[in-house]
Amino acid sequence: MTEKWIETKRGANVRVLDAGSGAPLVFLHGAGGLFADNPFLDLLAKRYRVLAPEWPGYGDSTGDEQLDDMLDFTLHGWDVVSALGLTRPHLVGHSMGGMIAAEMACLAPNDLGKLVLVGAAGLWIPEQPIADLFALLPFEFAQLLFHDPIAGATMLTGGLDFTNLQAVADFYIGNAKRMGVAGKILYPIPNRGVARRLYRVTAETLVLWGSSDQLIPPVYAEKWKRLLPNARAVQIDNAGHMLPYERPDAFAAEVSTFLG
Amino acid sequence: MKFTWFNLMPWPYLPDDFRQRYRSVWVDIPSTLYDPRKGHFLYHEYMDQLEYADALGFDGIGVNEHHQNGYGLMPSPNLIASSLARRTSRAAICVIGNSIALYNPPIRVAEEFAMLDVISGGRLIAGFPVGTPMDTNFCYGQIPAITRDKYREAHELIMRAWHENEPFAFDGKYTQLRYVNCWPKPIQQPNPPIYIPGGGSIETWDFCLDYDYNYSYLSFTGYKRGKDLMDGYWDRVAKRGKDESPYRGAFAQIICVAETDREAEDLYSEHVRYFFNRCLHVYPGFADPPGYRTIKTLKSGFLSQLTEDAMNRFPTLTWKELVDERFIIAGSPATVRQQMEEMIKGLHVGHVFCLFHNGNMPDWKTRQSSKLFADKVMPHLRNMWPEWLQDNRWWPAPLEERVHPEDSLPSLEGKR
Repeated sequence: MTEKWIETKRGANVRVLDAGSGAPLVFLHGAGGLFADNPFLDLLAKRYRVLAPEWPGYGDSTGDEQLDDMLDFTLHGWDVVSALGLTRPHLVGHSMGGMIAAEMACLAPNDLGKLVLVGAAGLWIPEQPIADLFALLPFEFAQLLFHDPIAGATMLTGGLDFTNLQAVADFYIGNAKRMGVAGKILYPIPNRGVARRLYRVTAETLVLWGSSDQLIPPVYAEKWKRLLPNARAVQIDNAGHMLPYERPDAFAAEVSTFLG
Repeated sequence: MKFTWFNLMPWPYLPDDFRQRYRSVWVDIPSTLYDPRKGHFLYHEYMDQLEYADALGFDGIGVNEHHQNGYGLMPSPNLIASSLARRTSRAAICVIGNSIALYNPPIRVAEEFAMLDVISGGRLIAGFPVGTPMDTNFCYGQIPAITRDKYREAHELIMRAWHENEPFAFDGKYTQLRYVNCWPKPIQQPNPPIYIPGGGSIETWDFCLDYDYNYSYLSFTGYKRGKDLMDGYWDRVAKRGKDESPYRGAFAQIICVAETDREAEDLYSEHVRYFFNRCLHVYPGFADPPGYRTIKTLKSGFLSQLTEDAMNRFPTLTWKELVDERFIIAGSPATVRQQMEEMIKGLHVGHVFCLFHNGNMPDWKTRQSSKLFADKVMPHLRNMWPEWLQDNRWWPAPLEERVHPEDSLPSLEGKR
């Protein structure tokens, strides 16, 4: 994948991973950010032009001070699409990225191709509350996010050596920065009312879920499907919330089948 | 020197195995551990103690705000303060404070503090904490990364409400009001002294210096650990070209006084250990939600506090360690006096928030310790800053002539 920088009209500088050719597909990452390796994007790039922008405040991407609420994030998403010069791209959003993609589709339903929501945040079922990401201790993340937490922990930290205090401090600061931004739309309850707006979505939608997602359990997939005008839901086995990273082949295959 | 007698109002009936059975004294502590019938007697006991401190000659009596907290039973400190304003007429009423980002609209704070100032005859010290993450974010749901901005806006609204004499419209990001018109206004003009409790963030230091507010470090871990932080504050004061009046700073200190050092241990050890062992048992996941602290603060060394083992040591600290490492100042009047001097000089502070009630300490011990301090320690510490004797910028200026409602009440002496 190549890396490039774009500037939005509002002045955010955004790092974008860019690969492949074909119909444009924008991948919107979740609250944890893009990892150093994102094999599922490489797989998608075999059929599509894949563009994966980083949210402001993630990595070196800037502009988070301009984002306060859900509308700001949603408009920023469209600003990125404009800055990339894309017309009616497919939107694939994972977790928090799914929440924003769904809002983008509500706001400008005619401006996208198809919509894929992967373990998307944005809904709340009182009987099935989503764990409080903001009160988790670092070692608790992998257990909630992955079907295989041991392999997951390595992916999450990029193989960080936890005996190296400086490395841990850097990781901690990076996490504080990322999750601080994410908190603007996820805290204290990751629900900014998208359910009331989903009637506007016209895009054909795939709701994709890891069947062992412990952070946002698969019952949420059913709720998305019910609320979206034109959606189907698919679960992938042996995958948790970090489905694209845990099962890149199965993930890319389902997305490709759906997008055509 | 100014000494304010402070009561956190802890719940003294946490079970012995509290740490083992529950993950946190704060936020998600089971409310079944609270018994309102016992609570009735407890509130009165604690308020009696605050009134007793006034009678003993402490300069101020202090209360604070916590939510869903087993060691702080004052979700609304203003309720306690208003009762104190009626039952005392001498000491400053120090409310440190109201978490202004939590009130909607924040004009409520301007109104209630004005009421307190008027009822007390101009004795209010108004504290404006950003609030702990436990209270502000986890209990009251504020978005961590937005808390400080909301705080700044609430502060602006409250100060304008106090200072301006015509109704005005306020078009804030978080609060919009067509008619801001604070009724009543505080007695103290242009506003009561403002104290900002903080935990070491650079932004808070600058905020205090921008407006010449008092910076209060409400630590429970004593002056040896507080030194680095207060040194950082005073460096900032110097860098900003402000005068070094010790009254710009305040420090909270656990103090236990007995006739002898040995007696202090015998009398107070179990209660102080109750405080460190049970009351400070806070789930670490609640301590630092991402976004609450700025990246600048995190990078400036705040993390070293997190990795410090002090927190982990709380449950096992012995009396000797607590005393030797100056988590607490405890012992005979002579010992306490000497260590208080060390603390006051070392931290360069003109205000001390004195914590005499600790954990599950019974009433008579609390009073005994307070009285010994008032009689045998406090008088010797009065004149530690002779060069700043006339500096009253951070102390209330009450009405000379005011109501003395407590004169019609029974004696405040110990009831047991």
